[in-house]
Amino acid sequence: MNTKNFMDKNYLHIIRSGINSTFQDSGRKNLNHIGIPISGAMDNRNFLLANKIAGNEINMQVIEFAYQGPLLKYFGEKISAVITGDVNFKIKKNQNHIKGECYNCFTLESGDELDILSTNKSVYGYLAISGEFDLEYQWRSCSTNTKAIIGANKGKRLKTNQKINISRINKDLSNLKLNYINTKIEQIRVIKGTNFDYFSDQGKKNFFEKSFKVSKLSDRMGMRLEGLTIENIKDPNITSEGLMKGVVQVPPDGNPIIMLSDHGTIGGYPKIGVIISADYDKLVQIPSGSKIKFSNIELKDAETLFKLYEMETQNLISQIK
Amino acid sequence: MIKNISNLGDAGLYCDFGKEVNKDTNSMVIKYFKSLQKTKIDGINNLTPSYNKLIISFDLNKTDYKSLKNKIENVEIDLFENLSKEKIKIPVCCEENFSLDIKRLSEKLKLDREKIYENFFNNEYFCYMTGFIAGMPFLGDLDEKIRLKRLETPRVKVPKGSIGITEQFTNIYSSESPGGWNIIGNTPFNIFDSSKENKPNLISPGDTVVFERITIDEYKKLYG
Repeated sequence: MNTKNFMDKNYLHIIRSGINSTFQDSGRKNLNHIGIPISGAMDNRNFLLANKIAGNEINMQVIEFAYQGPLLKYFGEKISAVITGDVNFKIKKNQNHIKGECYNCFTLESGDELDILSTNKSVYGYLAISGEFDLEYQWRSCSTNTKAIIGANKGKRLKTNQKINISRINKDLSNLKLNYINTKIEQIRVIKGTNFDYFSDQGKKNFFEKSFKVSKLSDRMGMRLEGLTIENIKDPNITSEGLMKGVVQVPPDGNPIIMLSDHGTIGGYPKIGVIISADYDKLVQIPSGSKIKFSNIELKDAETLFKLYEMETQNLISQIK
Repeated sequence: MIKNISNLGDAGLYCDFGKEVNKDTNSMVIKYFKSLQKTKIDGINNLTPSYNKLIISFDLNKTDYKSLKNKIENVEIDLFENLSKEKIKIPVCCEENFSLDIKRLSEKLKLDREKIYENFFNNEYFCYMTGFIAGMPFLGDLDEKIRLKRLETPRVKVPKGSIGITEQFTNIYSSESPGGWNIIGNTPFNIFDSSKENKPNLISPGDTVVFERITIDEYKKLYG
C-alpha cells in the first residue's frame, strides 16, 4: 500500500467538539431486524465528494458535524484534508488565519488549527483527511449511532479535549479541488405512503400544498415538522411495522415526522408518504426553523430523478482536478 | 404467503402477509425473512420483519422496485423449515421502584396487583419481532384479563431492563428509551450486547420467553 504508518504520532486534539460531531461512513446494512438502523453520513453526495477530493476510497470514515463543527489542533506529519458542504471555516497557521474554501484540499502541519465555525443555511458538513483515522468498527462500519451507542468513539459524539489518532496518511498529499456550489431547495418530492387513505381530504391537501417548519427537535433520527396538522380519519395507529429512512409518519397530534438515517426500525404511526431518494441529501440539509414544502410524484418519475441525481454525482466526481 | 407487494417510496418493498396478528402469519413472515437472508439478493440494504409485514429496502443504484418484486415473488421459500424454538427464561423483579404502572393497571383493570403478576408470570410468550430500539423483543400474547392500552402520555425515559405491557403484547426495554408501555417490572439481564456481533440480541423472533419472578436481593446478585 501507498501509505506510511505513524500510529499515535499523528493526531487531532479537539479543543471544541461542536454541536453534533460524529464519525460516519456509508453505514451498516442488514441489521434492521435486530433494531439497528442503517446510519451513515446523512448527506451522501457530500460524503462521497469529501473522500474523492481527499484521494480516499469512497467509503472512508469522515467527521460529520451539524451547524457548528469542531475546533481541532493537528499534531504530526504534513497531511491534506478537505471540507465539503456549505461551511464557514478557518485554518490557523501560526499567526495567520486563512479562510477555508469548501471542496478544496488544504494542508495541515503540526501545530495548525482548524476551526469549523458554522454551516451556512444548511445543517451538515464533512471533514475528510487524506488517510485514515484509528477507529473501532462494529458490523464493519465505524458510523457512530449515539442512540444505540454503537460505532466509533464508543458510540458517542466527539468530546472536547479528546484525541483522535490517525493510523495512516496517504503518501501523496492530495491537492484536488472541485468547483461546486451546493444548491438549496425547500421543495421536496414525495411518493404517497402505504396509509395515504388514513387522512382527510383537507389533511392530504395541507400536506401537499402548505409549507411546514422544520422543528428544533430534529436530529439524525428524525425531522419533526410544524404547521397545519394532518387530520387522521381512520386510525391514529397501525399495527407496528418496519420503517426506512425517508418515511413520513403522522402521529396522533397530526405533525409529520420524517425518518432519517438513525431512525427507530419499527413504528406504529400511519405513513403518509416517503421522500424520494434523489431528494434525501437536500432534505437533511434544511435547517431547523426553515420552511419545507412537499410535492407529490409517481414512482416512475422518482426513479428517473434518481438516475439524474446519480449522473450529476458522477459528473461532479469527474470534475475533481 | 405474501398477500400483496407494493412500493414503499422508490427504494422499498412493502410485503403484506394479511391483517391478522397471530403466530401463523408471523411464522410465515419469519420464514420469508430467513430464506431471503440466505438468498442474498444483490442490492438489498435491509429486511425488516414485523408481526404481519416484511419491509425490504434496497439500493436504487443496484436494482429497482419492479425487478426486485419479481425476484421476491419467485424466490424459493423453505416453508418446512423449523423455526428456532429456544425457550428463554428472563428473571423479573417487581419491586415498587421497578413496577412503575402497577397502580394504574390495578385500577384500570379492576384487578388486585398480585392477580396481575400471577397472570403475567403464568404464561409463555412468543417473540414476534425485535426492533424499534436495538434488541427490543415484541412478545405475545398476554391473557385477555390484563390487556390495557398505552399510557396517554408516553414517558420521555423508560429505564433499561423495564418490562412493559400493552394490549396483547409485552416487551423488554433493551436500553433506556422513550416509550408508552405500562411498566410492571425490571430484568437484570442484558437483552442487547453490541460486543457480540454474531448474536447481540438475547431473544430472536420465533423464540419463547418465560418470565420468572425474583426478589430484589436476587436482582442485585444477577445484575452485572
